[in-house]
Amino acid sequence: MSDVETLDDGAEPIETLTLPLDAWHRARGGRMVEFAGYWMPVQYEGILAEHLWTRDSAGLFDVSHMGQLFVSGEGVESALEAVLPIDLATLKPFGPRYSLLTDDSGGILDDLMVTRWSSGFYLVVNGATKWDDIAHLRENLPDEVTITHLDDSALLALQGPKAFAALERVVTGEYPLSALTFMKGGQFKIAGVDAWISRSGYTGEDGFEIAIPAERAAEIADLICAQPEVKPIGLGARDSLRLEAGLPLYGHDLSPETSPIEADLLFGINKRRRSEGGFLGAERILREIAEGAPRKRVGLALDGRQAAREGADIYVGNQKVGVLTSGGFSPTLNHPIAMAYVDTAHAAPDTALEIDVRGKRLPARVVPMPFVPHRYHR
Amino acid sequence: MPRYFTKDHEWIDVDGDTGTVGITDYAQSQLGDITYVDLPAAGTAVKKGDAPCVVDSVKAASDVYAPVSGTVSEANSALEGEPELVNTQAEDGGWLFRVTLSDASELDGLMDRAAYDAYVADL
Repeated sequence: MSDVETLDDGAEPIETLTLPLDAWHRARGGRMVEFAGYWMPVQYEGILAEHLWTRDSAGLFDVSHMGQLFVSGEGVESALEAVLPIDLATLKPFGPRYSLLTDDSGGILDDLMVTRWSSGFYLVVNGATKWDDIAHLRENLPDEVTITHLDDSALLALQGPKAFAALERVVTGEYPLSALTFMKGGQFKIAGVDAWISRSGYTGEDGFEIAIPAERAAEIADLICAQPEVKPIGLGARDSLRLEAGLPLYGHDLSPETSPIEADLLFGINKRRRSEGGFLGAERILREIAEGAPRKRVGLALDGRQAAREGADIYVGNQKVGVLTSGGFSPTLNHPIAMAYVDTAHAAPDTALEIDVRGKRLPARVVPMPFVPHRYHR
Repeated sequence: MPRYFTKDHEWIDVDGDTGTVGITDYAQSQLGDITYVDLPAAGTAVKKGDAPCVVDSVKAASDVYAPVSGTVSEANSALEGEPELVNTQAEDGGWLFRVTLSDASELDGLMDRAAYDAYVADL
């Protein structure tokens, strides 16, 4: 039997680092793998069970590998708009918004969340890219703008239809947790500890992302997991859940080789910026908005049970028309699904395609994403 | 009936010139939830080290190597409807395929249970 591929982010860390909850995961039977330069739990009881538990109840994910940055200083708004295609004039305080870090040729350096805090902006970026992101921001932001890496903060995500019920029981605040709807955030306390909570996530379910001081993370994770609705969930199910939700994963579905328009992330280019431009890579991105991109990120549904994986080529007859960037078995739908980049001529829903898997052609068709409907609390 | 093991975590039970091949319980525990098994057709000729079978888990697809050379005589059709048998009965009802051995001397290089257990304990 061949070695099982690990959930590889493509990075080659010199030394694998540990996160604040390392011992916590090991004590709960988490199987630790290297991811984004850190030891992280890929699973506890099993990916399938954890996936279904999150869809039915609530799962706690440790996403402390992600980069939490605070950007502030004189002229921070216009400086950030020069590196992100975001319209900060329409960004109200405390609600995270999805955005993209682009390079000057219009490729995607990272995808991230941007939240306006009282005195600056809170950014959450991908773990594997955070060091490059910080370097890119330092290079492209003026000296008056300060970037603070909040590396003493842990980040948890509580996701699932019972996430609210579980979290409400343990938080206190100036206003009730129910004041948060999807993509709203606020300051709360858990076990007397300051917690920044937003109603957001990466599973397609209702849920919350919770930033807490690293030194109190184990205590808070214990408290949340003591709620009967909650189990800890590993990276494996995080990947299968986000795939079902149609959410791209940086380093796989997004890269410097893909543009936001190819990636079908037009919503990440805010309206005013589509006409004004003025961000890195705007020339290509605005052209692709006007004329269309040569290829597009689409969802594929496969017949049968055999999954196709990242890197598999996609054909129409003898013509190669695309490549898979994420693929796996959907536990919710009970059939394999995938994300792929295909030539625009073959990207319309219901287009029949074939995927080459180890020399065998698996029939697939283009389907709208998300594969599993989102259940956000709007 | 002697059972042999490979370093790649396959097992093979040998009865006369017929070998029954599966993956070990250790292997299934590493793979996690099996969602599909791509089984070889009867009549497929295999050489030792070929990968005639693929086990798909939620996480990844993994080749299963032929521990010996020969001809596939039968695949475990129960896995078509219940691939999870490879998880629940890896070294029993979750067998993958049977092969008619062409060179029984190839078994000499394989491990017995005690050697395999020691090998896994060292991983």
